[in-house]
Amino acid sequence: MAEKMNGMGVTGFPVRKDSLQKSRRVGETVIQSLLFFTGSFSIFTTIGIVYELGKEAWLFFRLPEVNLWKFLTGIKWQPHIGEFGILPLATATLVTTAIAMLIAIPLGLAAAVYLSEYASKKTRNTLKPILEILAGIPTIVYGYFALTFVTPLLRSIFGSGVVEIYNTGSAGLVMGILILPLVASISEDALNAVPRSLREAAYGLGATKLEVAVKIVLPAALSGIAAAVILGISRAIGETMIVAVAAGAGPNFTLNPFKGAETMTGHIVRISGGDLSYDSIDYNSIFAIGLMLFVLTLTLNIVSQRFVRRFREVYE
Amino acid sequence: MKAQGKENKEKAIENNIEGKESKATSLYSPFSNLSTRKRSGRIWQLVFLSATSVGILALMALLFNILDSTFGYVAYEAKVAPTSLSVDGVVLEDQTKTQLVALLQNTLSRGAFNKLNNEKSFESRSRAEVSALVIERIVKYQVVDSWPLWESLTRSAEIKATVAAEYPLAELKFVSWLTAGTISHPQSSEVVTAGIRTAILGSLWTILITILFAFPLGVGAAIYLEEYAVGNWLSRLIQTNINNLAGVPSIIYGILGLAIFVRALEKLTSGAVFGLVDPTTANGRTVLSAGLTLGLLVLPIIIINAQEAIRAVPQSLRKAGYGLGATKWQVIWSHVLPNALPGILTGTILAVSRAIGETAPLVVIGASTAISFDPSSPFSKFTTLPIQIYQWTARPQDEWRHLAAAAIVVLLALLLSLNASAILLRNRFARKN
Repeated sequence: MAEKMNGMGVTGFPVRKDSLQKSRRVGETVIQSLLFFTGSFSIFTTIGIVYELGKEAWLFFRLPEVNLWKFLTGIKWQPHIGEFGILPLATATLVTTAIAMLIAIPLGLAAAVYLSEYASKKTRNTLKPILEILAGIPTIVYGYFALTFVTPLLRSIFGSGVVEIYNTGSAGLVMGILILPLVASISEDALNAVPRSLREAAYGLGATKLEVAVKIVLPAALSGIAAAVILGISRAIGETMIVAVAAGAGPNFTLNPFKGAETMTGHIVRISGGDLSYDSIDYNSIFAIGLMLFVLTLTLNIVSQRFVRRFREVYE
Repeated sequence: MKAQGKENKEKAIENNIEGKESKATSLYSPFSNLSTRKRSGRIWQLVFLSATSVGILALMALLFNILDSTFGYVAYEAKVAPTSLSVDGVVLEDQTKTQLVALLQNTLSRGAFNKLNNEKSFESRSRAEVSALVIERIVKYQVVDSWPLWESLTRSAEIKATVAAEYPLAELKFVSWLTAGTISHPQSSEVVTAGIRTAILGSLWTILITILFAFPLGVGAAIYLEEYAVGNWLSRLIQTNINNLAGVPSIIYGILGLAIFVRALEKLTSGAVFGLVDPTTANGRTVLSAGLTLGLLVLPIIIINAQEAIRAVPQSLRKAGYGLGATKWQVIWSHVLPNALPGILTGTILAVSRAIGETAPLVVIGASTAISFDPSSPFSKFTTLPIQIYQWTARPQDEWRHLAAAAIVVLLALLLSLNASAILLRNRFARKN
């Protein structure tokens, strides 16, 4: 387009005949290829992640001490005696994630309904930034909060004999607060995307505000809400610093939220905290755990994007 | 096709409404129970409101908890009682600089004294500096116990009694853990002298490299996706890829950084290629590796924000540029980018504030835990503010957690000012259009 206009001499430049055919500018081509490089850089990142995780995890599974079946079903993770069962780490991740979602789904959803259906514009403009602040606080600060505020609180409620100093419960609770704004904001987008006409129709039939919100708007926005929940789960699985600080240091095969247990992410942080030597079995093991985390969160993210696309297609 | 889908969906929802309504009438008549329905509506509105307030309560509890630990009573015990250092009846506080220097010279070993003199000669040090050295090197205050703010205020008498009974030699003081000293001192193994200067400088170095790496790459990628490769399969692939990368847990980036920057590119990141190896490091666990890792982490955020900013530039501006005979790059450089710049910068600031708070990836690539010297080049060992907070929080003693709280206040203040500047920028941008 631009080249053609040059050729037409609109700008008053002399028109050369051959320039009508093609006026290649070296500079433009160089710039375009540079931009192409920057554009495709993110692909290299993905390839890098897949390659490195895959390669080192492959080395890990080829070790004589390790076999895939035992890795997936073993209930002991004790590298020094050659026991590599992921289950203790996986159950801790499960417990923290479940507690976090028990907090984040109902509260986040209720907050979304309140903000989109009930709140006046002024209230909304005050409440939303506060939720955004919650989402912007570094996770290490949440970890500090879990360890120095929520854990003592739990211990004073349930008794310090029951609740250990490091426990998955407080980590999960605080993680729920961290994920609440995420669930609320994506659900609110979905609720806002529901056309006004649906609400008006229900009001016309004599429905109260609550009935409109719960029976009309929520079901209509279900795919967006599902996306929010799945994204929240993916975030909870990958969350690291809260569990590293508050959930305990040491694999523990338990579903008791008052006991300390190490999650997959927490384990990676603890193992790599010191100067980890390359080619040690610990070094390879963090890549195997990392690969599992990556596959898990990627799957959840893709599913969540499918859901988002669905409600966008329906209403926008 | 799309419209039909929409129609179907609406029809389904309409059916749904009818179904629900008929069920409602069969269960209870909507007219006689109107007051019940309205009451449950009011109750649920309260429930929704209180759920929203939980977030606010949590935020307040978090801030209270941090401030609670930042101030409070501390019981100090001196290794050498200051009263024993009186010379000719002149107490330590009133001694002249010369007397204090003499005291240092007599008490410290010759080597230690010369080392201090080499760092900064005693002639050029002020009296206050020398006095601080005496406190640090000879008196050596140590924290024996500490209390948070709330307890200090409500149980003051009790605390004083406890200290008098348990630590008769100790001195009880009400302190702020966040002082000029906390910010300007390097990391140390003594809680009284430990500070966050090393960590702040490490954070700044890391962020500088992150910006230098991720900003050009991110903006370039956004330009390519929005201006050059609109709608083709490659741009769709890149776009999907970026969206997925934005959801990858940060710790995975740490593992990637460990494998690529720290290990595979060790020659580059340790500075060996340039002959600039920092004498204290011999490996790739440097500021450079950290900055590049965080750069990869925030790249998707910068790209997505920059894309939105570029997309918001009106098409008419581009057309006007082409109409004047400008080439594609000329149009982008002189029309699109200046107009998109505030949006791009806002997105970059948000990305930077994300990077400043990141801890997990840096722990994985091996940030040093206890270094007391400032980073001086991209090839230095480093620690950052969040890592310092992590280290101090992980220690079992209460006094380190107070220090961690002080560091958190600094970190939050830093983030708050960054975000405020992003909002100001966005508002200015919104007014202009």
